[in-house]
Amino acid sequence: MTAVGHARRASAGPTVVGRARRRAELGLIVLAVAITAGAYTLASLGQTASVPADIGPFLALIAALLFGAHVAVRRLAPEADGLILPLVAVLNGIGYVFIVRLDPDLARLQATWTAVGIVAFVATLAFVRRSRDLERYRYTFLLGGLALLALPLIPGIGVTIRGARIWVAAGPVSFQPGEFAKIAFALFFASYLVEKRELLSMATWPRIRPVLPDLKHLGPVLIAWGVAIVVMTAQKDLGSSLLFFALFLSMLWVATGRLAYPLGGAILFGAAAYGAWTQFGHVQNRITQWLNPWDDSGGQLVQTWYALAWGGVAGTGIGLGRPDRVPVVESDFIFAAIGEELGLLGGTAILICYLLLVGAGLRVAIQSEHAFDKLLAAGLTALLGMQSFVILAGVTRLLPLTGVVLPFVSYGGSALVANYVLVALVIRVSDGNSRRLGSAPVPAGAAR
Amino acid sequence: MDRSIQRLGVFLMLLFCALFAQLNYIQVFRADELNNRNGNSRPIDQAFSRPRGDVSTADGVVLARSVKSNDRFEYQREFPEDELYASMTGYFNYSFGATGLERAYNTELSGRTAGQQVKSVGDLFVDKDRTGNLKLTVRSDVQQAARDALGEQRGTVVALNPQTGGVLAMWSYPSFDPNPMSSHDSDVASAAKKLYEATPGNPLLAKSYREIYPPGSTFKVVTAATGVEAGAVTPSDPVYPTVTSLDLPQTDRNLPNFGGSSCGGTLFQILAKSCNSSFGQMGLDLGGPTMVQGAEAFGFNDVPPLDLPAVASRFPTGPFEEVLPTLAQSAIGQNDVASTPLQMALVAAGIANDGVILEPHVVDEIRDGEGDLVERLDPTEWTRATNPQTADVLRQAMREVVATGSATRLQIPGVDVGAKTGTAQFGPAAPLRSHAWVIAWAGPPGQKPTVAVAVLVEGQEGASEQTGGRVAAPIAKAVIEAALRPMPPPPADPAGGTTGSSTSTTPAGGG
Repeated sequence: MTAVGHARRASAGPTVVGRARRRAELGLIVLAVAITAGAYTLASLGQTASVPADIGPFLALIAALLFGAHVAVRRLAPEADGLILPLVAVLNGIGYVFIVRLDPDLARLQATWTAVGIVAFVATLAFVRRSRDLERYRYTFLLGGLALLALPLIPGIGVTIRGARIWVAAGPVSFQPGEFAKIAFALFFASYLVEKRELLSMATWPRIRPVLPDLKHLGPVLIAWGVAIVVMTAQKDLGSSLLFFALFLSMLWVATGRLAYPLGGAILFGAAAYGAWTQFGHVQNRITQWLNPWDDSGGQLVQTWYALAWGGVAGTGIGLGRPDRVPVVESDFIFAAIGEELGLLGGTAILICYLLLVGAGLRVAIQSEHAFDKLLAAGLTALLGMQSFVILAGVTRLLPLTGVVLPFVSYGGSALVANYVLVALVIRVSDGNSRRLGSAPVPAGAAR
Repeated sequence: MDRSIQRLGVFLMLLFCALFAQLNYIQVFRADELNNRNGNSRPIDQAFSRPRGDVSTADGVVLARSVKSNDRFEYQREFPEDELYASMTGYFNYSFGATGLERAYNTELSGRTAGQQVKSVGDLFVDKDRTGNLKLTVRSDVQQAARDALGEQRGTVVALNPQTGGVLAMWSYPSFDPNPMSSHDSDVASAAKKLYEATPGNPLLAKSYREIYPPGSTFKVVTAATGVEAGAVTPSDPVYPTVTSLDLPQTDRNLPNFGGSSCGGTLFQILAKSCNSSFGQMGLDLGGPTMVQGAEAFGFNDVPPLDLPAVASRFPTGPFEEVLPTLAQSAIGQNDVASTPLQMALVAAGIANDGVILEPHVVDEIRDGEGDLVERLDPTEWTRATNPQTADVLRQAMREVVATGSATRLQIPGVDVGAKTGTAQFGPAAPLRSHAWVIAWAGPPGQKPTVAVAVLVEGQEGASEQTGGRVAAPIAKAVIEAALRPMPPPPADPAGGTTGSSTSTTPAGGG
């Protein structure tokens, strides 16, 4: 599959734009490595008042990983946006520094997962040479996504952790297949909506005063959504359910341009959430904690507020705060540690990184010519942005807490690998765009 | 589709703006409140991992400082003067919290006030010694004199400067040693706490400003001032009848004079002799509302604005129409009247300072680790007890008490002294026990008095009017004499003795 495309690309070489983008990317990655190494040194100085003994190997490792990713982009997607990979690098680097600072044992695992993530990133770029090739596998993705979602429910391999049955354990390794299911569903929705978006944006039902498109066109989408909701409910994972739903609505909105879909969907989700609230004890606890956090003064929300307030504007400095007082701070609540030790300034920098990432992803979507690319890039970007928002809002008590990880920053292998795959897909779409904008259009179907 | 994608971008941006707003709300607007909230252990942990400022007397004796420790926390609070200043400094304990100045000035000592933290934007990013050092108005020589004079009698001495409100000495016996109470070893601290709580006399209680006692006859100064202020009493009129007891209305009981003696006469005579029948009559003549107004003008029923957590002294607010006997008893400082020793010192200070009582305070100024002034407690008026003319009449009357009355033991050659003694009966009728009181002011002749004192010696045998003059007056005299001497020079720094001390050891990067 790769022989034709690769040969042609090598002969054409990257365009001027592509070369400029790669130079920028390299410079920004150097900056990201410098920031990470600096933060790593500061964390060690803050905790033990000494420069970390392994600063050399550490630097070598992260530089090798990130430059490896960069070289892969150079070779496999030379025209892609140059901002995305450095933003991911700095988020992953900061996250890793905080995990080291909180729990060195977890950090070793996280380093391994980062390496796996970058391998997955490169592999995605290598295998998916043209984003639109994915369009034709829509039902494979649908079934694959459903299978991944259902996997933890299978007795024997499914594991329940903190009230949610979303883990699969295979030997010593456990992972959350749901993280990958989100990407599979994004692919399915993108390809399905490309075909049906015209029909879905026209209201034909009921016949007297049409407000909805023909139900038969909505059918598969609704089924996918319904099954996902049911599975999520069975797993008691409100956060993923919310994310999944946000992904679904964003893509429907982008595809049809009708605001009625997200608004109607929000009402549907509200009803589902109310149902969850009446049915599930752990959802009730979340809501109660959100409304009356002070009743549980040792709780995560109160401790997070204390941590953030203690950090103030400038923060305590890395390694100088007491984030260990926040339960599960290394995972869902890692932003509490960042906000305490880097302060409002550092926390805002993280927010801006996510916003830039969202901006870059949506720009890729807008620059795409094909509806599938647009939908895919917009959907994946919305997924990343919504996930960041949902957990940050939960941690800062803007919204009730739903347990999802902070992309690239939190400890958690499956999410890290899945998000690297997600970013690789966006980069692949971006590369395709620039190729089209540039002088060398890819002949249709050439890659296969 | 592009329009929807743009709108999606705007929507996500709005969500992140909401996050940014929420972060500002938590980390800026509510940060102080959250940091000081009960149950937030971060400030406590920090307090024990950072040095706190020194507390020292006006003449430079260090009362509290932080020294490096090699246990579970980085710094140990140390109180070099042991129990001598405990009622002011308090203790600093991880489990029990802090008391006294350690609590009241916690943010200043740890350098966390806004003024200490940020003097310029650049201060946000540099680590320097911002701990606050407290300099007290208390003088080590006066404090020592108070302890020596009281000896091992249960009681309290309060001395202050009537012209500034600055406390010169505040001592209660028994006291406690704040060092074991501040130990990082929780067994040591708990054992000390248990011991002190079992000790008679409640050493942990700062009795000078947190315990109220019947003031007895010292309260007659307030009654007399109220009478003069109301225009009902002058030095020559009325002349109270010489009787052995006052026949109380509405009852067949009466208000006897001490030891059944007969007394009466003009204001100066009845104050010098501390004549119960006359002052009971004065209270009845003035009436309930006037008496309440007069007592409250001196600060009764109100918490004195001391920079330590003082309690209010009490004068019953009536109505007295149905219970006139209690009004007569209240006028001589019995019944439900109860006062802290601090409040009675403030009564003397008000008379000494032309009727104006200044806010009492033990801290003079706060300087940060760099020596820059953070805050100075300037003299501030608390309450206007009387007008200057009334205060002048009362000073004359109190001089008479020293010259010819119950406080002749307070005569000091070459010093203008005024005083009033008191013997406040308490508890059951037999065996008769009472508190011995004296309040006094003193200063160079022809000038405004520079020291006001209240002395309380608890639980004396019997209830003779002489008790206050015999027991309490010599203590007051010793304290006044110490206060009128020039302040001693600051102690020379003992070489090598300050290695552990503390606030000058800046954390890394200081300067």
